[in-house]
Parts: sequence; structure tokens; C-alpha cells
Amino acid sequence: MRAGGGFGADTAARVLCRVLGLAVACAFAGVAPATAADSTASRVPKPTIAITTPGKCVEDREVILRDHMDLLKHQRVLTVHEGIRTKAHSLENCVACHASRETGRVTGSKDAFCESCHRYAAVRLDCFECHADRPATGVAANMPSPAGTAPR
Amino acid sequence: MNTGNGNVDHGRRQVLAWGAAMAGVALAPGVTLFELAQARPPSEPASAKVRWGMLVDVNRCATDCDACVVACDRENGLPETKTATSAQWIRKVELKDLRGGPSKTAPVMCQHCAHPPCVDVCPTGASFKRADGIVLVDRHTCIGCRYCMMACPYQARSFVHEPVTDQKPEVPRGKGCVESCTLCVHRIDRDQIPACVEACAATGHKAILFGDLNDPGSEIAQAIATLRTRALRPDLRLDPGVVYHGL
Repeated sequence: MRAGGGFGADTAARVLCRVLGLAVACAFAGVAPATAADSTASRVPKPTIAITTPGKCVEDREVILRDHMDLLKHQRVLTVHEGIRTKAHSLENCVACHASRETGRVTGSKDAFCESCHRYAAVRLDCFECHADRPATGVAANMPSPAGTAPR
Repeated sequence: MNTGNGNVDHGRRQVLAWGAAMAGVALAPGVTLFELAQARPPSEPASAKVRWGMLVDVNRCATDCDACVVACDRENGLPETKTATSAQWIRKVELKDLRGGPSKTAPVMCQHCAHPPCVDVCPTGASFKRADGIVLVDRHTCIGCRYCMMACPYQARSFVHEPVTDQKPEVPRGKGCVESCTLCVHRIDRDQIPACVEACAATGHKAILFGDLNDPGSEIAQAIATLRTRALRPDLRLDPGVVYHGL
């Protein structure tokens, strides 16, 4: 290893380079959406998120997108080990609400509610190897109560 | 269940009404089929004050009847056509006196032991006993090693060898896990009795009594206090939640 002083100068130069690089990147990033917003919207593929059932979800869209797996995992421990069967975060309740009107399922096609996102993100969907991917008695029978009265 | 906004769940009320109507069905003097269970709201965990159990009256169990087995299969989505490797949660066992006495049959399922050997040997903690005494498998953590099947003296557990489709929403099951009688835990959690008990009562035999063993006022506790009952393999001192009368 070289002397301490030389090492310090080298590190300072690297940091300077990085800061400059970051600034340049930020500048481009700031400009890019303004110039290319229209073209990127159509070019970037998006998953199909078809929500046919009216009403409000048990959580906000951002919370569900980011944390649905944690909510489900938390609920599964409560249900299996303690017998707590509140509906809000239960997989059964998700399926009852989000099953396709055509197929009655949340998996099985590229447009199915769960599968479309999971295919898009390339995340394996293991839940339905054991859990039913369709409601007990068809979609219509499991229509949730209107917004604001979601079962808890 | 009240949904919190004044809407009354009429389905649940109806179930409670049926329960009230059937609570008076007498098995024997002082012994009724079941009592009204204490309603537990869905947000409340299972209580350790309760211990669910069953009393099987072997004398009432008809030798040619398999209503409990059929009801179990239907309730839990088990395959109707059996193969050598099909899961089996409850089975009818024939008991024959080798000296030429009458043969009897009795249903045998997970005995929901107070000291379950399956829980002792489980390497992942998947096999566990719930607070209210129900012995279950958490399929999320089960690795399918089948130690519990070896440990169970009642041969009550099954391994799922084949992929499963068309599961019941309330009874998830899948390939690679061990499973057994859950005492219809999904029904108990909504204050219903297990499917086999209901089916047995529907046939008129009323050979299975279900209830809270810890509640001295419950029908099952009173029946156990008055009748001569015994556990299967009492020498193992596992304190099963299922006891038999008339063996």
C-alpha cells in the first residue's frame, strides 16, 4: 500500500469524479421526461391490471403494490397459528374480489389479476399451488360490500 | 357476526338458530349432541381456556356407515376416488374380538394430543398445537420430511404425493406437505361443528360428540365424567383430545 497522503488524494479525486458524474446524470434525468414523455409511454410494456369489481380496496394502491406480500404473510401467520380470521388482508378475500369475471380466477392467463403483474416482474407466484385461485361460489356471490364498508 | 355498520350477517344467525334447535337432541339421558359454542369474533385469537375434543361412542357407530369419512373428504376437498397414496384424514377401523365376539367399527383421525409426538419431532416447527388444543400443520413451513408421520402412533397423517387442483378456498392443500385432520378448524372458527360430527348426527347415529373439554358444563365434559371412556393407546400418555366409549 502507498503512503497515507497519496491514498487520500487519490480517494478525493475519485469522489470528485463521482459527484460530477452524478450531477450530469441528474441533469439528463431531469430533462429526459420532459422531452420524451409521449414516446416512452407507449414503448414501455405494462402489465394488465384489470379491476372489474367496483368499490375500494382494503388499502391504498401504493401500499398494495409495494406491500401486499408482507400483508398476506402477516395475515397467514395470524390465521394459521392463532385462528384470527379477519377478512381484510386474507388471500381468500383478495381472490373473492379480484377473480376475473370471464374465467372466475386470478391466475391461468396473462391478463389474470395476479398473474399479469407477476409475469411482468418475473416473480414466481407460489400461493396458488396450494390455495384456491377462484372464489368458493363464483364471482357474483362474493361481491364485496360497497366502498367504506369493507369487512374487517 | 355484525359487520360493524349495522348489517347483520343472516347466514350466521341461521347457523346459530340451527345450533340452538339441535342442542336439544339427546344422545342419552343427560347427554346431548353438542352445546352452543361460545361465539368468538374473527379478530380474536383462539383461547387456551378452550380445549376442543371429541367423544366417539363405538356402540352407536354403525359398521356399514362411512358418512363421517365421506363428509370429511367433501368438506376438505380430498379426492373422492382413492388411490394407494391418497390422503386420508379420517378412516373407519374395524375392531374384532378374536374369540368370536361382535365386531365393531370406529372412526380414527388425528387424536389432537395434549403432548403430540408429531410436534416434538418436527424439525421446522410446521407441526404445532394451537392454543385451543387443535394439532395442525403449517404448510408454509412444512418441508415434507414426514418425521411426524413416523412419530404418530395413530397413523393419522398423510403425505400429499401428487399435485392438487381445485382446492377448497378454506382448506388449502398442496403437493409435498404432510396433512391430517384439522378438526375442521375453519368451521370451528366460525362456531360450527366439524363436518364428520354433523354428518354422523345427520345419519341418526350420533356417535360423535364434539365440544370443549375444559368447560365442565359442556355436554362432552359431562359425558366423559359419567361414561366409561378411554383414549387409544393410553399407555403412551399423550392425553388425546379424542376419546372413545365402548371399546
